[in-house]
Amino acid sequence: MRANIRMLVPVLLAAACRQAPQNTHQAVPYEQISVPPADNGRWPQRFGWGRAATGEDIRAKDIDVRPDGKGLPPGSGNVAGGRGVYAQKCAACHGTDHTSGAYGRLFPHAVPDSSKGEKLIGNYWPYATTLYDYINRAMPFNQPGSLSREEVYSVTAYLLHMNGLWAEKAVLDQYNLPGVQMPARERFVPDNRSGGPEIK
Amino acid sequence: MNSMNEKKKISRRTLLGGAAATAAIAVQHAFGKWVQRPAVISQPADPTKVQGPPPGALGTRSPFEQLRKTTSETSSRTPLQSLYGAITPSDLHFERHHGGVPAIDPEKHELLIHGMVDKPMVFTLRDLKRFPSFSRICFLECSGNFRGNRPTLTPQDICGLTSQSEWTGVLLSTLLRETGLRPKASWFLAEGGDAAVMTRSIPLKKGLEDGLIAYAQNGEALRPQHGYPFRLFLPGWEGNTSVKWLRRLELSDQPFMTREETSKYTEGIKDGKIRQFSFDMDARSIITFPAYPQVVEKGWIEIRGLAWSGRGKIIQVEISTDAGKSWYTARLQEPVLDKAHTAFRYLWYWNGENTEIMSRVTDETGYLQPTMRQLVEARGSSMGGYHLNPITAWVIKKDGTVLFRPEERK
Repeated sequence: MRANIRMLVPVLLAAACRQAPQNTHQAVPYEQISVPPADNGRWPQRFGWGRAATGEDIRAKDIDVRPDGKGLPPGSGNVAGGRGVYAQKCAACHGTDHTSGAYGRLFPHAVPDSSKGEKLIGNYWPYATTLYDYINRAMPFNQPGSLSREEVYSVTAYLLHMNGLWAEKAVLDQYNLPGVQMPARERFVPDNRSGGPEIK
Repeated sequence: MNSMNEKKKISRRTLLGGAAATAAIAVQHAFGKWVQRPAVISQPADPTKVQGPPPGALGTRSPFEQLRKTTSETSSRTPLQSLYGAITPSDLHFERHHGGVPAIDPEKHELLIHGMVDKPMVFTLRDLKRFPSFSRICFLECSGNFRGNRPTLTPQDICGLTSQSEWTGVLLSTLLRETGLRPKASWFLAEGGDAAVMTRSIPLKKGLEDGLIAYAQNGEALRPQHGYPFRLFLPGWEGNTSVKWLRRLELSDQPFMTREETSKYTEGIKDGKIRQFSFDMDARSIITFPAYPQVVEKGWIEIRGLAWSGRGKIIQVEISTDAGKSWYTARLQEPVLDKAHTAFRYLWYWNGENTEIMSRVTDETGYLQPTMRQLVEARGSSMGGYHLNPITAWVIKKDGTVLFRPEERK
């Protein structure tokens, strides 16, 4: 079975060169899962250890949000609301203008200054959904995971607004967030290193 | 019981009475320099004339060996220049966290596997340990493992975010046979149980090839700093993908584009492009002796160091003692393992003149460790700080001092 996977590798690599970043890794059929050799050559189809996950098991932990919007909860927020949440819960670390923010500056310069090489939402983040996912799971630093859905949508709207990517009066929700076009999106390319003599 | 305790106390008191001292002691820093460090040491004038303490429940380092990681708010670095062989003691393994070290009760921690599987399942630590176990010795390296801004840098400062352990656990493929896979599954999300609930998207192909759910490191349960009670371990890949304190795997037909794999562990290359999903750690080597802050003497010097590749075995390490003009093959310490730190040695007679020494490794794919100039040429002058593995040069001055040679990144 391992031999089968090895034979697939050139095909997979050839396919990878033509695909967009998210599709460079192709599905591996279940039948191709290799089995490590057991000491006595015996290996059951399944051991049967562990238990079936319940819906509640999954709901309790499944908080991720994908670029296509899968995982975004119903809800909405706006720039004005986000401005208030930011001032109260984010500004101490992330700053109140483009010169402040000891733990990750978030405000862009009024005139974009690429010479600084700073990775900001407006010039580096390729997907707007990542903002919701990350703020929801890990922020604020001193109370991670404590924001309500509305607060997360609102802070996301505010950060997008600061980067010129969301209008002051527009409501952000689970339907329109995945559609926000991020300027850096087209800059992302898949890893082109593959060993061998060429330095990449 | 009482008499035993009494006896212990007496013998300890006797021992301490000998020559207990609180003093600044000289400890050897790796192979060369002696430095002053405060320490409390019970040191009899003649250890052959007093009984030593009885066997203990837990071993300790000699108080003369003051090994420490250097720490920052987000990471701590392995003292590569003070270690021997290829295994990193677990308490000196580098750390890089995104929400601190969580305190996890293994009885309350489970691994959920769901998404594009036939049967979503939950595994406890006890469950994981029942499955056929698997061990291998591998390095683990952070892809942000390069510093090179000034001459007074030690190997620990330059690339102390790499360490090596024997990892033991259950192969991910074993667990995925239990859950089954849907035909379209091609990626999975790995999620940690820390305050960052840190996530990375991993190609399923890698997970099935050699992905490990590790619950042990160097013969004991994982330490909290390294993912207790279990973590993902992906041999040869950037450390961030080996998600610690693993709590969930979600199979999918596409990556999730998490914060770490978009805004963080990606690197600018030429033409304004940003390289993403750059998982493999390219081959690298570094001389750990002689190195700053050691001072050497004219005469024979055994040059020592480490070499490794995330793409397989290393096949050769070469040493230059004349600033890169000529190169000689170093001796590799067996066993040379796949995706593992390998120690190398090269015996050299230093004539006492100013010079530069450096090492370069070749791995089994034919990749030769590049110079910083080659990296800049390949990636452009605005290249990011991840996946930098340049040849590291040490300047040796006539007076025996050794200094790192910084290089322009443009």
